[in-house]
Amino acid sequence: MKPDKILLDHGSGGKMSHRLTASLLLPAFDNPALAMLDDGATLRVAGGRIAFSTDTYVVDPLFFPGGSIGDLAINGTVNDVAMCGAAPLYLSVGMVIEEGFPMADLERVVAEMGRAARLAGVTVVTGDTKVVPKGAADKIFINTAGIGVVDENVNVSGANARPGDMVILSGTMADHGMTILTQRQGLAFESDIKSDSAPLNHMVADILGTGCDIHVLRDPTRGGVGTTLNEIADKSKAGIRIYEDRLPVRPAVSGICEILGFDPLYVANEGKLLAFVPADQADHVLTVVQRSPYGKDACIIGEVTHDHPGRVFMRTRIGGERIVDMLAGEQLPRIC
Amino acid sequence: MMTLKQSDAFHDPQIARHLTERITRASRRPVRFMEVCGTHTVSIFRSGIRSLLPETIALLSGPGCPVCVTAQKEIDAFIALAREPETIVVTFGDLIRVPGSGSSLQREKADGADVRIVYSTFDAVNLARENPDKRVVFLGVGFETTAPTVAAAILAAHQQKLDNFSVVSAHKTVPMALEALADGEININGFLLPGHVSVIIGLDAYRPFFETHRVPCVVAGFEPADLLQGIAMLVDQVESGQPALENAYPRAVSAAGNPKAMAVMNEVFEIADADWRGLGTIPASGLTIREAYAAFDAVKVFDIQLKPAPEPKGCACGQILTGVKIPPQCPLYKTVCNPMAPVGPCMVSSEGTCAAYYRYHGDG
Repeated sequence: MKPDKILLDHGSGGKMSHRLTASLLLPAFDNPALAMLDDGATLRVAGGRIAFSTDTYVVDPLFFPGGSIGDLAINGTVNDVAMCGAAPLYLSVGMVIEEGFPMADLERVVAEMGRAARLAGVTVVTGDTKVVPKGAADKIFINTAGIGVVDENVNVSGANARPGDMVILSGTMADHGMTILTQRQGLAFESDIKSDSAPLNHMVADILGTGCDIHVLRDPTRGGVGTTLNEIADKSKAGIRIYEDRLPVRPAVSGICEILGFDPLYVANEGKLLAFVPADQADHVLTVVQRSPYGKDACIIGEVTHDHPGRVFMRTRIGGERIVDMLAGEQLPRIC
Repeated sequence: MMTLKQSDAFHDPQIARHLTERITRASRRPVRFMEVCGTHTVSIFRSGIRSLLPETIALLSGPGCPVCVTAQKEIDAFIALAREPETIVVTFGDLIRVPGSGSSLQREKADGADVRIVYSTFDAVNLARENPDKRVVFLGVGFETTAPTVAAAILAAHQQKLDNFSVVSAHKTVPMALEALADGEININGFLLPGHVSVIIGLDAYRPFFETHRVPCVVAGFEPADLLQGIAMLVDQVESGQPALENAYPRAVSAAGNPKAMAVMNEVFEIADADWRGLGTIPASGLTIREAYAAFDAVKVFDIQLKPAPEPKGCACGQILTGVKIPPQCPLYKTVCNPMAPVGPCMVSSEGTCAAYYRYHGDG
């Protein structure tokens, strides 16, 4: 039965979000670029191809260990453009600010955006600011859109995974989502977990610079690695097998997930990528990622198979097998 | 307290293989074991244990999901509370997606009701203190693992002299439900007893049940090695023809349980008959708030009248909760009922059997 109201589940990045996109948004705009549903759209223009992506940031709290809404807003869009195999160049910034929002907080958010842009090597070239009456927005909402150039030799897409590809994950899972959750709930943990918010465009440039055949690049944000792998399995009509004992998770994050009953596979990341690479080139790409500043914990977590196309399976630590399904609704409210 | 490194041992593939081999070697007779606890169902799926057990062993899920066994009329009462003016409804996350007869707490929240999700009942007490002009009502769902903390929260509210805090108690207790299961439709050859409930009530709480029915019973923990150990012990009991009440979770469960927690629970709650979805009325299986704490009993504060409500048409939750059917045998499973559009609570709760099958079982 179709719901007649928007629910928080529609924003979780899981099945409800996908359903909304497929049933409402795709038909309304009806074009092949959008229908690919990659992290950004790759578009042919006079002179070559550009990648174009947008994202809106509504995270609460605004400031948290390891980051803020400001650097998320820059890094998130930089990363989505990079996941198209592009070098991100220019960003726009649109802000909707609630009346009464402290000026000092705005200064801090903007300063962090500036810093993040410089770190990523991108330029914010256009923007817009609106203020709405108190209660009409929750503190501040930020939209960023970004463009970058895609080299002619590059062809990355969620539909390109092939049996035999290895799945590389660039580092530990669930750092961002669990940081937000523990901050929001005011849960006091004696641990130093922090968001992994980071720009990945330099890592992507290094990966593409190897000249290897890169089939898929994706950053597992909302819905986590588990949901992203399902999206890729579905779009590529291929099966994916991952190995639980290879999944990198920080011990502190693992512990918090256990106590709170969260599965790290479905928790958001903001500074990690998945790369699908043919088996004979995977080790080379892995080495390059491990040398990159944000990739030292990178590892191969699984492979693409002929079996069970469209589904993701996991070999558990004790040698059993189980399905890894897509997240249905929200595990966390608003994370980016 | 176990460190994370120690907990690695419970996922050790060597230990798991050793236990699986022991089970496979010993298991001759086809048996049906019921894991009573919803968290056991999920843990068994998540660890991949089902794929490792021999064909002789069928694992059935039981009614150990407190959200799933909450009767439809109580869900409707929760939803009605969300519509009360100047009222904050506070709940554990699981309840918000459960469909009532016409709505859900999640829908009410989208419609503007003040519904808050917490991890601890004490957060509800804090909300009451911080919002003196509102009535704060906590939805008390859970077994003996949870009831003591809810009781402690009521005591805290009493101590703080709060006049705007109350609890709807839909709490239930496990041992009497076992009686209903053992007398039920299907032949259960052994029970994997709940881990955390047993931490509170102690192994001895199951003795009356065991003495009456003489069916294999093992209390188990939640790590893969715990679960395999529990299943191995059940198999040994069946094959030897010597049923016993055994504890495979001694690092957390003792014979007497946690007397302090029990005392707090009994201070605030008293035993009453309770209606369980799927099992009907089970005597002495529910907890209601004692007269002395009537000021904190939402049933009295809000004058809650429970209106009998039929289970959703076609929903086999009742039979699934008693192990008579498995989710793929429900006519609505996947086709009509799924986590995004659930018909019954078993598909929605994080410990629900149908949700677990849907997420982890695939097309089998």
